[in-house]
Amino acid sequence: MTFPFLSAIVFTPIITSVVLLLMPANRKNLVRSIALAAAVIDVALSAWVYGSYLVHGLAGYQFVEQYQWLPALGISLHFGVDGMSAPLVLLTGVVMFTGVLISWGEENHNVSAGIQDRPREFFAFLFILASGVFGVFASLDLFMLFFFYEIAVFPMYLLIVIWGWAQTREYAAMKLTLYLFIGSVVSLVGGLVMYWVAYQNTGVLSFDMLQLELAGFSKTFQDVWFLPVFLGFAVLGGIWPFHNWSPDGHVAAPTAVSMFHAGVLMKLGAFAALRVGIMLLPEGAKTWSLLIMGLATVNVVYGAFIAFVQTDFKYVIGFSSVSHMGLVALGFATLSREGMLGAGVQMFSHGVMTALFFAVVGMVYDRAHTRHIPDLGGFAKIMPWAAVGFIIGGLVSMGMPGFSGFIAEFPIFMGVWKAQWIIAVISIVSIVVTAGYVMLVIRRVFFGTMPAKFEGHITPITRLDKVAIFTLCLLMIGIGLLPRLMVPVVQTGVDNILRLLGGG
Amino acid sequence: MFTPQAIKSILPEILVLALGLLILIVEPFLKQDRRRATGWVTAAGLAISIVVCLVIGRPGEPTATLGGMVRFDWLGFFFKMLFMFAAAATALLIMEHETAGRRGEVYLLLLVSTIGMTLMASAGDLVMLYLAMETASIPLYILAGFLVGDDKSTEAGLKYLLFGAFASAVTLYGFSIVFGLTGTTNFYEIAATLQSGDLSIGLSLAVIGLVLVGLGFKAAFAPFHFWAPDVYDGAPTPIAGFLSTASKAAGFAVVTRLFFVAFPHWSSSWTMVIAVLSAVTMTIGNLLALPQTNIKRLLAYSSISHAGYVLIGVLAIPAAGSVWGFPQLGPASVVFYLAAYIMTNLLAFGVVMALSRLTGLIDLKDFSGLSRRSPWLALMMLAAFLSLAGMPPFAGFVAKVFVFAAGVQAGYVWLVVIGILNSIIGVYYYLNALKYVYLFRMPEEDEDKHPVALPGAYVLVLAVLTIAVILVGTVFAPWFAWSNAAAANLF
Repeated sequence: MTFPFLSAIVFTPIITSVVLLLMPANRKNLVRSIALAAAVIDVALSAWVYGSYLVHGLAGYQFVEQYQWLPALGISLHFGVDGMSAPLVLLTGVVMFTGVLISWGEENHNVSAGIQDRPREFFAFLFILASGVFGVFASLDLFMLFFFYEIAVFPMYLLIVIWGWAQTREYAAMKLTLYLFIGSVVSLVGGLVMYWVAYQNTGVLSFDMLQLELAGFSKTFQDVWFLPVFLGFAVLGGIWPFHNWSPDGHVAAPTAVSMFHAGVLMKLGAFAALRVGIMLLPEGAKTWSLLIMGLATVNVVYGAFIAFVQTDFKYVIGFSSVSHMGLVALGFATLSREGMLGAGVQMFSHGVMTALFFAVVGMVYDRAHTRHIPDLGGFAKIMPWAAVGFIIGGLVSMGMPGFSGFIAEFPIFMGVWKAQWIIAVISIVSIVVTAGYVMLVIRRVFFGTMPAKFEGHITPITRLDKVAIFTLCLLMIGIGLLPRLMVPVVQTGVDNILRLLGGG
Repeated sequence: MFTPQAIKSILPEILVLALGLLILIVEPFLKQDRRRATGWVTAAGLAISIVVCLVIGRPGEPTATLGGMVRFDWLGFFFKMLFMFAAAATALLIMEHETAGRRGEVYLLLLVSTIGMTLMASAGDLVMLYLAMETASIPLYILAGFLVGDDKSTEAGLKYLLFGAFASAVTLYGFSIVFGLTGTTNFYEIAATLQSGDLSIGLSLAVIGLVLVGLGFKAAFAPFHFWAPDVYDGAPTPIAGFLSTASKAAGFAVVTRLFFVAFPHWSSSWTMVIAVLSAVTMTIGNLLALPQTNIKRLLAYSSISHAGYVLIGVLAIPAAGSVWGFPQLGPASVVFYLAAYIMTNLLAFGVVMALSRLTGLIDLKDFSGLSRRSPWLALMMLAAFLSLAGMPPFAGFVAKVFVFAAGVQAGYVWLVVIGILNSIIGVYYYLNALKYVYLFRMPEEDEDKHPVALPGAYVLVLAVLTIAVILVGTVFAPWFAWSNAAAANLF
């Protein structure tokens, strides 16, 4: 019996959250230490999983565990990762770890950084969310995928509404929850229909996705159900025109939750859309690929332009996420090796990058108490680490060679060029616009002169913040300089998808 | 007549009756200020009865006992255990009620009503069924109006009585037509007679309509739901919880058994009726829950909408000759849903009771700052409301998925879509209630000075219910196996 890595990864956070809730409320530092310990365990385990995948050059589903859960209906707790999900498991571990660091919130009278109000509940809810996220990435059973997917949705509401930005949190939290819930239940109906039709085709009652792949759904069936299933999940991936919840949600959420939200949760949507939509209904994907590419192009270009005109620091990043997640959907929709590969890397790269962005925005906001860009300036002098981190993130965002963004975006555009050159031409505009707003924000926030009212009030960032920034930057540069740390892994996942799409 | 098998088949009723008599005898000897203890006696007695029944009273092959009056099978047994559990929880909750808790007759009435419900779940004959329904209802009329000094409670009692009497009269009329058509009151003989005769669809619809009035009243689905919000609002909170869980589930136990066993040949008519009722019930319940500011009324409308979800499972039966992956998923999902729902809604009413006991206030805004006053109570409310909203890892999620899966299997995709649209509305108002608990603060922001003291009985019952809600939602295989065994008895 080998060590059940994936179960350990998935259930460590939720067990920790129970432990946290049992702690006395006033022992805030004890709560934080337990949270950090759990995050370290999870990041180590997920790094181990990813590392062994990479080092041993594995392919297909690995670390598979299966426990019968409800045999009568063919529900099992079936975990396994492939080249697509292994990087995302690692990403979740990293964001969880850095998120805990950023939210530490030690008592400090000058700075209201981190989480000081009810940290016990905060970390408990955050970890329930983390369990849900890990569960979706690791699940090979459709029922369990939905189960974990919903677990990842509801804590978000509480996290935003309790600890979020007072001005918009109630509105944004409810909007976000309803959007995501609507999307997921639409997909759920699709999933149930697939389950029964698969039974009629094969005579096996099973929610196992490896079984459902073999169900032989008819072309008409796939054409009808692909769109609801794919779009239902893609709502969480921020696809246009259902992206509206995302910038509002990002802005209203507290820093660590924004990191989780943009860094990991949006990938959850894209990943589930891939796994359930494209992989189980490949013929439907072929039929609708042009439409999805069209929607994604709007995401990419429109998101970038809207980001350009924002004056709220956090909204800029929020819309840049919409734009970058559009690239993921675009890559998937090409249904080609290059596009898929790029999209896979982009999910990881964007997750790390946007977590870093939101972390830095949070550090600035906690000290300046404003995110209005024209009011900010000169922050590089006092928090050089944050500035360097943001610049690196910005370079990734622009797709500069030498950073992970390039490794991701270049193949996507290659794939799109092969599929529809005109879409490639349109969407490449976004790179220019992205470069524009990133540079503008860097100049206005971090350089120039610091407004007089901030002089003396702004404190440097904490050591924990530096650790978080360093970790995230290291990953982005590492993959940028040594693509072989990630590309071969994603490649094996793409091979699997192409096999289902036929040809390949 | 009284064979061991027959005794076994009504063992739960015998035990509950004995418990009731015991309370009747002991209670007058207790001092006025010690009479609360009757609540502990009731709950402990019910708990022991449940254990005894589980050990020696389990059914084997389905049999008819007592001259066909009672069916002894898993369907009845599972519901009986649930009702006794719900009664035990209610006894512990009402124990701490300011006025009702120290009156011994409350517990007696509760137990008599429980006997009625257990017999409803196992009745195999129209006469038995009607008697059981009345036995279950009459004590509840009294309990709903128990707070004689309180106008709302008196109104609730009277309203419940009038509606109930009317509904039961209409149902009795329906039963008499069935008897006139078939010449028998036994469910199985009714089915056999209906199979051989050919009846016009109009007549079958009329009978189904009449019968549904009484059952719809008990289970509180539209258009027979009007009493529910007023009665829940006025009745003592634990009694409202009992009404919305055990009493409702008893109604559904009858709906499933009667329609599946006695009227399978009319299924084309009643599935149509029930599909419409389900859609209407869900929509009305959820839309009217939206503007509520009183939490008991909110829960009343929410419980109406849940009746609508259950109805999806009721109509999901295989048409003759079709090949199905899981033919009894429909009734199995109904039983599972009701089990999950009983735990969840008892928990919700328990939390409301725990807070309103201190303040007497039951508006949503009175829940402001609860998470700072009592983090545990807030978490329990979170579990209850998210379970009602259908979020994992709580019981409501799997229950909803099973019901929807049954609906999709039966080809009612349109109804399932209405169901999911409704659950979205549900998510809105349940989360909105949680916003008061977690976000809003008390007017003076002095939550530290208003801790919520929980008596031992509450700690016990709320903890048990919370654990149950989480267990049913995560380790659902055993619960599903029991639900499935119960459903298999219908075929």
